[in-house]
Amino acid sequence: MSYIAKPSAHHPALPKNALGLTRRDYEGTMSTLCAGCGHDSITAALIEACFEMDLPAHRIAKVSGIGCSSKAPTYFLSRSHGFNSVHGRMPSISTGANLANRDLVYIGVSGDGDTASIGLGQFCHAVRRRVNMTYIVMNNGCYGLTKGQFSATNDKLSPSKKGEPNPFEAIDLCQMAIQLGAGFVARSFSGDKTQLIPLIKAAISYNGFAFLDVISPCVTFNNHPTSTKSYDYVRAHNMASENKLDYVEPKDEITVDYAEGASAAIALHDGSRLVLHKLDPQHDPRDADAAIMAIRGNSAKGQVATGLLYIAESQQDMHDILATDARPLNALPMAELCPGSKALEAINGRLR
Amino acid sequence: MSGINDFVVKFATVNGSGSASANGIFAKTLFRMGIPVSPKNIFPSNIQGLPTWYEVRVSEAGYLARRDGIDLMVAMNPQTFKEDLAEVVPGGWLLYDSTLPRLWPREDVTILGVPIAEMCAAKWQDTRQRQLFKNMVYVGALSALLDIDMDVLKGAVADQLKGKEKLVAANMDAVGLGRDYALKNFNCPLPIHLRHAEGAKGKILVSGNDAAGLGALYAGATVCAWYPITPSTSLAEAFERHAKRLRVTKDGRRLFGIVQAEDELAAIGVAIGGGWNGARAFTATSGPGISLMSEFLGLAYFAEVPVVLFNIQRGGPSTGMPTRTQQSDILSCAYASHGDTKHVLLFPANPTECFSMGAQAFDLAERLQTPVIVMSDLDIGMNDWVTEPFAWNDAHVHDRGKVLDAEQLEKFKDVRGRDWGRYQDVDEDAIPYRTLPGTHPTKGAFFTRGTSHDENARYTEDGVIHARVLDRIRRKFDTAQNFVPKPEVTIRDKSGKTGLIYFGATTPAVREALDALERDGVKVNALRIKAFPFTRDVASFCAMHERVFVVEQNRDAQMRSLLMTEAEVPGAKLIPALNYDGMPLTAAFVQGVVLKQLQPAKAAAE
Repeated sequence: MSYIAKPSAHHPALPKNALGLTRRDYEGTMSTLCAGCGHDSITAALIEACFEMDLPAHRIAKVSGIGCSSKAPTYFLSRSHGFNSVHGRMPSISTGANLANRDLVYIGVSGDGDTASIGLGQFCHAVRRRVNMTYIVMNNGCYGLTKGQFSATNDKLSPSKKGEPNPFEAIDLCQMAIQLGAGFVARSFSGDKTQLIPLIKAAISYNGFAFLDVISPCVTFNNHPTSTKSYDYVRAHNMASENKLDYVEPKDEITVDYAEGASAAIALHDGSRLVLHKLDPQHDPRDADAAIMAIRGNSAKGQVATGLLYIAESQQDMHDILATDARPLNALPMAELCPGSKALEAINGRLR
Repeated sequence: MSGINDFVVKFATVNGSGSASANGIFAKTLFRMGIPVSPKNIFPSNIQGLPTWYEVRVSEAGYLARRDGIDLMVAMNPQTFKEDLAEVVPGGWLLYDSTLPRLWPREDVTILGVPIAEMCAAKWQDTRQRQLFKNMVYVGALSALLDIDMDVLKGAVADQLKGKEKLVAANMDAVGLGRDYALKNFNCPLPIHLRHAEGAKGKILVSGNDAAGLGALYAGATVCAWYPITPSTSLAEAFERHAKRLRVTKDGRRLFGIVQAEDELAAIGVAIGGGWNGARAFTATSGPGISLMSEFLGLAYFAEVPVVLFNIQRGGPSTGMPTRTQQSDILSCAYASHGDTKHVLLFPANPTECFSMGAQAFDLAERLQTPVIVMSDLDIGMNDWVTEPFAWNDAHVHDRGKVLDAEQLEKFKDVRGRDWGRYQDVDEDAIPYRTLPGTHPTKGAFFTRGTSHDENARYTEDGVIHARVLDRIRRKFDTAQNFVPKPEVTIRDKSGKTGLIYFGATTPAVREALDALERDGVKVNALRIKAFPFTRDVASFCAMHERVFVVEQNRDAQMRSLLMTEAEVPGAKLIPALNYDGMPLTAAFVQGVVLKQLQPAKAAAE
């Protein structure tokens, strides 16, 4: 970590986005994570994605649980409200926040301990409720803050730093998310910025529950050559080439034509599009069964399938399901919420 | 002592046999005759098959606590014949289905045998009808025995069956069967019977949970998250029912969001997320749920997020007696969560207060930026009470507390000229100003956290700052005293040396006991606690008296402990009066404790 405070002065020549903001305006405080931590790369990708999407930072809410990953929201988007809640409970806080104001962009940041162990139940139910949010798991297969214990996503037999193999099966959060009805499920690698940034953009644009599992090596406790969550291992076994993704913002035109059969364009509700380069013609991310097969097939071969694994082109989110008003509930005037004394008199009458 | 408009009827039936609706019709009819009644549902944690009871105390004088000594037992459940017979007072009555006649081993009880099953079998072919109408047959028999106004009864039946008008006639046929049999075979009416009265006129008959759900609606709550648990379930369901009627736009959009959560942890999490984001948000639960919610309550306390929690207390510890009442979560709620925490509690004593305090809880939570727990219980929450009608002042301005909008943020400077900081005590009332996500492009963003933070919401491990923030939050509790409802003090003897403190559902029993004591020349002054933190009135009431009884429904004298710790009342003068058998409190219990202390010789003789 660095103890040096970030200077607030900006170089005048920094590039600006459509809102007239620089990348610096999307940053947070200096990271206190270990030097080389994968989480910091994800943070950088989030900053880049939000900058490039011209998102007004104050219209984003960052929510997290507890752990190294959950500290990360301090390191990006200092103009956004953040909520670092309790361990494993980011999904319920996000659900309530989203219920209260459907107009904000919600970015949930969690870890593999926070989501796959203590918060597994909350994760599942946030998926099935289809909370409109981007849920990012910074997945390093271990508990960093308590010094390297295995987490539930650590692959079976993948050893600890001391060489002890993990005796238990790993929970695959992407498979679970698909089964539970997440509309957008992707896996990426903190070291693959080219893949990660468009995935984050697409997840944020997605209307519904977007899940992003990002393998993010723990440089201190789980980055030894034998770990399946290490930089070396993931670089060597990343099957990112199976489908490559371009995120095309609503304002941009598609200027490149892709060969038929090798690409597919998916339109999102906000007018943006995802262009998929299907190098493996077998995989269609609109097919949930195929997605699960791809994850399982690669995993059996010791490989990690990354990229956009599954997408339901349109999904009803929690507000659609609950039929809530189009206006944010937290902005409704009391005059509309409180029925007043006359209605109460009628209720009293029925209780007589 | 029983007589006209002054007796207790108890229905002993089998859970799931359809008796609940007949019993409800009976109570409603009496209420509509203007007679104060207090129905108590004594039910098992079961859907079908186990014994269940419904006690209705009738009291023209308006004493609505439960009273021991059953004057008339409607014994419909062979499983409990023995104990039901034992409960009848000497000279009382027992009505039973004499299709299979039996001998009742008590000479001092008049047995009223009505061949209910036989009559139903002769009248209806369908087995389900034969079963369900049995309940209305005993209501019919009671209509003759107790001289019920038949027009009022018919009205109550019609209201109960709104939307199923065809069934009204069949139900009234069943009533007629029972009534005719009783008129022909018994000396009707019994010495205990009914007559029109005024005591219940103008009042309403409603449960506390129904009232609290309505209170949340009037408070403008828009986010509700809950997990089913007896006895709190009907509160969230009432909120939903009222909201579906009163909070839906013309085009069918709902002005509320309800989440039935996966557990209590998620329920309070959703509510806190909603509160953080500026909605009025709440959850409802009971004992085990409080335990599960404790971690989150500590977060909301320390991060200063408004949220309302209704705790409908039940018998603990552990799963305890889920369908019985207690006031045994006082300490666990006052100090819920690890570390130094302290929560604002409200103690409604009846459904009317469940409505008003339920609504007030939201004003307090936003004013004080902290969780507020409404401490109801199963007796208030699930039983129907004859109570004052709900009232709402249309001039009431909901207190949304210190929330800055974009314009206020622009201009914000404290007295020392500093910019806004989330946890700065600008007004010296220990309540800081908060901002909501999405308010301003460059100002007002902060990081809400349960880790230690400074006045600008920045992470800190500096012990001095940590202690300073904790001290300010504690001072907020002093400010809270100015906002919470003040206790209700009843002075019967200005120079009296004996006081009594009570709260919540024991209120009717205490008032009745104190009246009875006064008739016997024992005057006891009383104070009803309505909120924690205690206001100064509580300490001064204790200082005024040499001895103060503390009536509560738990084993460990939890309110007494809280008075000792928080109001610094010497324990020696606080005499515990404890009931924790799960049943609503009786006046006789309170009287007994007081007399035993004040007149030990007399009490022993009695």
